[in-house]
Amino acid sequence: MRVMIMVKVNQDSKGERGAVPTEAEMAPMGKFNEELQKAGVLLDLSGLKPSSAGARVTFNRGKPTVVDGPFTEAKELVAGYWILQVKSKEEAIEWAKRIPAESGGIEAVEIRPFYEMEDLEMEDFAPSPAVDAAKELGKKLPSGAGGKP
Amino acid sequence: MAGGDEAIRRIDAVWRIESPKLIGALARVVGDVGAAEELAQEALVAALEKWPETGVPDNPGAWLMTTAKNRALDDLRRRKMLRGKHQELGRDLEAEQEASGDALAARLERELDDDVGDDVLRLIFTSCHPVLAREARVALTLRLLGGLTTAEIARAFLTPEPTIAQRIVRAKKTLAEAKVPFEVPRGAERGERLASVLEVIYLVFNEGYAATAGDDWMRPELCDDALRLGRVLAGLAPEEPEVHGLVALMEIQASRARARTSPSGEPILLLEQDRARWDQLLIRRGLAALAKAESLGGARGPYALQAAIAACHARARVATGTDWAQIAGLYGALAEVTPSPIVELNRAIALAMLFGPEAGLKLVDALAGDPALAGYHLLPSVRGDFLFKLGRLDEARKEFERAAGMAGNARERALLLNRARQTYATSD
Repeated sequence: MRVMIMVKVNQDSKGERGAVPTEAEMAPMGKFNEELQKAGVLLDLSGLKPSSAGARVTFNRGKPTVVDGPFTEAKELVAGYWILQVKSKEEAIEWAKRIPAESGGIEAVEIRPFYEMEDLEMEDFAPSPAVDAAKELGKKLPSGAGGKP
Repeated sequence: MAGGDEAIRRIDAVWRIESPKLIGALARVVGDVGAAEELAQEALVAALEKWPETGVPDNPGAWLMTTAKNRALDDLRRRKMLRGKHQELGRDLEAEQEASGDALAARLERELDDDVGDDVLRLIFTSCHPVLAREARVALTLRLLGGLTTAEIARAFLTPEPTIAQRIVRAKKTLAEAKVPFEVPRGAERGERLASVLEVIYLVFNEGYAATAGDDWMRPELCDDALRLGRVLAGLAPEEPEVHGLVALMEIQASRARARTSPSGEPILLLEQDRARWDQLLIRRGLAALAKAESLGGARGPYALQAAIAACHARARVATGTDWAQIAGLYGALAEVTPSPIVELNRAIALAMLFGPEAGLKLVDALAGDPALAGYHLLPSVRGDFLFKLGRLDEARKEFERAAGMAGNARERALLLNRARQTYATSD
């Protein structure tokens, strides 16, 4: 299964205050990321700039209102994420427990599984225009092309 | 006990993360993969007894390592005591055994906790050693590196569990008897040994990607296991271009997983897939891995070439945008590196996309006599396709039916029979 582990920080975190982490603060995180990579579970990761660099768009009955950052009312702020490919939610939890939270100023992380093929197949497999176009094409082209699909 | 099941699932997760490192470190010290795995298993059993009561310790990897080490030391002490009682043993031999036992105990104390880093890589090379039969390499690798249970491996390969269990026991015995050293091969041997490792991983992937038998066409779990092994290997041997080539190939092929079966499980062919369902994250990873392989000078490696072909498809937003000339060229290069009629067949398909089914048919007919393709269902399938395009429907039908008779997978067979039926619909 594929999961996203979202990093949550609070208003007082160094990152939110715009401080760039020192090398010593980065080192444990670098080591952890390397461990994820060597275990073959890391698909993607990124850090986000503080909320002062962002904006919030809220909708009142569909009508958008834009408020520039920082998001001072928010208790938890998303500050980054990992995307992992793991065997189970328990494995994701096991990795999450190893996050060097203190040096990263992390308050909490949230583990959220992605929708997978099995989940999607329960819905109606609504063919998109692209599928119809491809089917038309298939009538004109040798469909065995490329060997294994 | 409440929470018992949850504890067991958590132990399972810890095991999957820790077992390759654990078995690798133990094998480095005791010098035998089989003995190392048994010690690791004993530590796992101890965890299964203890953790549901005490909770999972803060550093579960270290706990397992210490437990395994203590088991090994207990074992040595027991044997020493036994020897003390057996007077029939020759004195010299006794002294020698005692000395080697002491030396091992000292090494266990001293070296087991060293983070050598190469342990897992050594474990991969050992479990994929050419002294083992291919099936044994696959089973042992999934077991030691993938953390799969015998039951899981048996299910994945539709093989009875006792058969897999026996295969693993025999493999460990063969490694011990052949005195295979626990090391990363160097020099001239390395290339050949690496090829065996890559072959095992790709075999696992392919069995998941297009099952050779059974009712399901895909078994995504096996693809995930193979990808994980490939990514692990890329992390441990980052200087090897073909490792990145294989990872690139698997990432790009896996990116199509969501698009290549219909809800009822029928295969959807590449050119008919809804490309919006392709997994862009995996494509991006695959293209990056391919670039890495090429930057290391491995553009002409067989896996990198196959990955480059897969990348041509991945880059085409619509099927009509496929660069068939480049694909035909890459198949030509692949045929030079690994001459094979199957590669030629694929090259013929690419050329037919450029020059039409008539040209394709000529190329395929030139291959038809090759004994290596005698039982290969894609040959009549491709031939049928060209004939169909040329409006030679009776001949096309015969080829599709012939291909269906040769296909081992139920879903693929159904697809081919369906194509045979379409020839009637078209002639009406």
